[in-house]
Amino acid sequence: MQRIGVFVCHCGSNIAATVDVKRVALAMLSENGVVFADDYQYMCSESGQLKIAQAVKEHNLTGLVICSCSPRMHEATFRKAAEKAGINPYMVEIANIREQCSWIHKDIEQATQKAIILARAAVAKVNLNSPLIAGKSPVKKRALVIGGGIAGIQTALDIADAGFEVDIVEKTPSIGGKMSQLDKTFPTLDCSACILTPKMVDCAAHEKITIFTYSEVENVSGFVGNFTVDIKKKARYVDSAKCTGCGLCQEKCPSKKALSEFNCGLSNRSAIYTPFAQAVPNVPVIDPLQCIKLKTGKCGLCEKVCAANAIDYTQKDEIITREYGAIVVATGFDVINLDNYDEYAYSQSKDVITSLELERIMNAAGPTKGHLERMSDGKAPKNIVFVQCVGSRCADNKGKSYCSKICCMYTAKHAMLIRDKYPDVNVSVFYIDVRTPGKNFDEFYRRAVEEYGVNYIKGQVGKVTPEPDGSLTVHGVDLIDGRQVKISADMVVLAAAIEPNASVRQLATQLTASIDTNNFLTEAHPKLRPVESPTAGVFLSGVCQGPKDIPETVSQAGAAAAKVIGLLAKNELTTNPCTAHSDELLCNGCSACANVCPYGAISYQDKEVNDHGIRETRRIAMVNTALCQGCGACTVTCPSGAMDLNGFSNKQIIAEVDAICR
Amino acid sequence: MSNREEKVLQISGVNPRKCMKCGKCSASCPSYDEMDIKPHQFVSYVLNGRTKALAESKSVEKCLACFACVERCPRNVEPAKIIDAARQLNVRQRYGDTLSANDIPSLIDEDTPQQLLVSAFRKYKR
Repeated sequence: MQRIGVFVCHCGSNIAATVDVKRVALAMLSENGVVFADDYQYMCSESGQLKIAQAVKEHNLTGLVICSCSPRMHEATFRKAAEKAGINPYMVEIANIREQCSWIHKDIEQATQKAIILARAAVAKVNLNSPLIAGKSPVKKRALVIGGGIAGIQTALDIADAGFEVDIVEKTPSIGGKMSQLDKTFPTLDCSACILTPKMVDCAAHEKITIFTYSEVENVSGFVGNFTVDIKKKARYVDSAKCTGCGLCQEKCPSKKALSEFNCGLSNRSAIYTPFAQAVPNVPVIDPLQCIKLKTGKCGLCEKVCAANAIDYTQKDEIITREYGAIVVATGFDVINLDNYDEYAYSQSKDVITSLELERIMNAAGPTKGHLERMSDGKAPKNIVFVQCVGSRCADNKGKSYCSKICCMYTAKHAMLIRDKYPDVNVSVFYIDVRTPGKNFDEFYRRAVEEYGVNYIKGQVGKVTPEPDGSLTVHGVDLIDGRQVKISADMVVLAAAIEPNASVRQLATQLTASIDTNNFLTEAHPKLRPVESPTAGVFLSGVCQGPKDIPETVSQAGAAAAKVIGLLAKNELTTNPCTAHSDELLCNGCSACANVCPYGAISYQDKEVNDHGIRETRRIAMVNTALCQGCGACTVTCPSGAMDLNGFSNKQIIAEVDAICR
Repeated sequence: MSNREEKVLQISGVNPRKCMKCGKCSASCPSYDEMDIKPHQFVSYVLNGRTKALAESKSVEKCLACFACVERCPRNVEPAKIIDAARQLNVRQRYGDTLSANDIPSLIDEDTPQQLLVSAFRKYKR
């Protein structure tokens, strides 16, 4: 028989203004097992916790019910208080009479009645609680960072600087990501490569960092502190250990018709290539779809010219299995496909480009060597129109519902850079709103308008028509002037929405990390745990979590690294004792539970059982408690009632329901 | 919101609160110069209780119902449906409440298209 103490919290006036707390405490005294009940202004305060300790001592309590806020808020606080007072922390139950009662009711009588019912249910549960002991699991002191853009690079550097080993897995041939494609960065206009390449080199040189480029995560198993990951190293056909990065193979390669991914398809590259000159590692890969030798068996020119003997046409994909304590997702973004927005004539004219393509055109290492040219005829444009919010802020199933956040600033940057370098070029920007929250951001945008004479037009573009003379007629509206405007432009730049990299969907499934309707990874708490996934041991860095610019990405990357370091610094982790287990006499081995388990924690064993004197071998579900997260999916799926969850047993839950319905 | 505004919203099925005031409708409208009240203003006329002015405007007759604004609106607000609803208000006002369901059987023969009945109800029933 339990000896239960009930503590009703006022939470200042949060609860007490709507719930008659004294009546709740009094009502609990007549409940089965309750030997003590009291109310107090702030149960979570030090004096509140002291009250609990005193009552435990005086009344020899074995279980506690705290009627207070949501268990998400203070369950851990009260469990700790119980442990201090000498009670098993799992003998504590919270009746949520704030979020689920006082905050949502106005009538005191109704709210008090409901609080009594909620408290009654918690008491009924504690009567059936039994002490649970948390286990321990060791922590593998190495982190995996998936994605080698600025987010992944910064996270890896910060973790490695703290002394822990880090692996970066990057699917393209080089780390660097989208930032390596950018020309200048706002709001300071410093060159993107100049600030990024040193970090890339630091990564490569760091003794604690191992970089796997041209590689992908193939499989993930395990749990926080103990992940096992299969990494697929795609065949490079170049021996990284021998290659000196001289570049002769790329020069001599006769197959030069592939579109350069790095230059957004605006220039060609050879079949054997490094994406860009500062690539890390500076080791080329052979594109098997373009290589004449791999396609026809003839050629082999690169092998002949390679003085280091690094070319190896027989290389195969390779799987490497490594163990990690923590995983950081930093998979970044892509620009959306513009097929749904053909009114802007992106598919009809080479001179309608995305902002990322403009970045490449403006870049000295880009397809035009940094000269502002039309992609159709190489002529210098005289009139350029920027269109904002293409596919962002949409409610029409064609685009994205969110604001892509970076477009206002990079467009101001593009407009400013063009006006600075080519003062005779007219630049117009069609905008819906200009959003510039950020340090020195609005000042930057105002400079584009006031000092550089960029023509900002409040309104949207309806359509862009390519004309026979090669110009583009932009049909827009100026809402402030109250007139339709038609601009004859030579170049139209679309600020296309950004979306999470397509690989994130599969990765989220592998990691059992959740994603939202836009494929952004979900954080554990939108304000208080922004760099953690709800899945323990999985962390988020950069745009995979939501649109953000470089400064924000770098801050978040550092934050994710701090969380990883905090985890890897521990030698062992306390496991959640609220795990599932199966009753071997009830289990019929149907596999229903294993099919629904999102953590792969359930396996089957042929086991000899003694069923009322009958000895036989049966196929029985076994739960790996290290993997089980206690979600309870198996318990509701099990058709024979064999699966049960510690701390949330079927019996306990039914007792709660009974108490509510009484 | 007055009766007239509610009627326009009911007929059009438009939720004017979804508008983000981007002006893509007005940018797309081929009749823009002919209109006294512009497509991007339709929403605010309804929200601000000026539907009467909207119904009496030139725009009611100048909208070509080409649906470019409906097609391109990024927020699915569909301004053409608002001005069409304003036009409907006028039509109903003009022809009064003169048709009842009981009149229908005597008015039709085999060749009468169903659409004619639907549009007759839209015009002659308030």
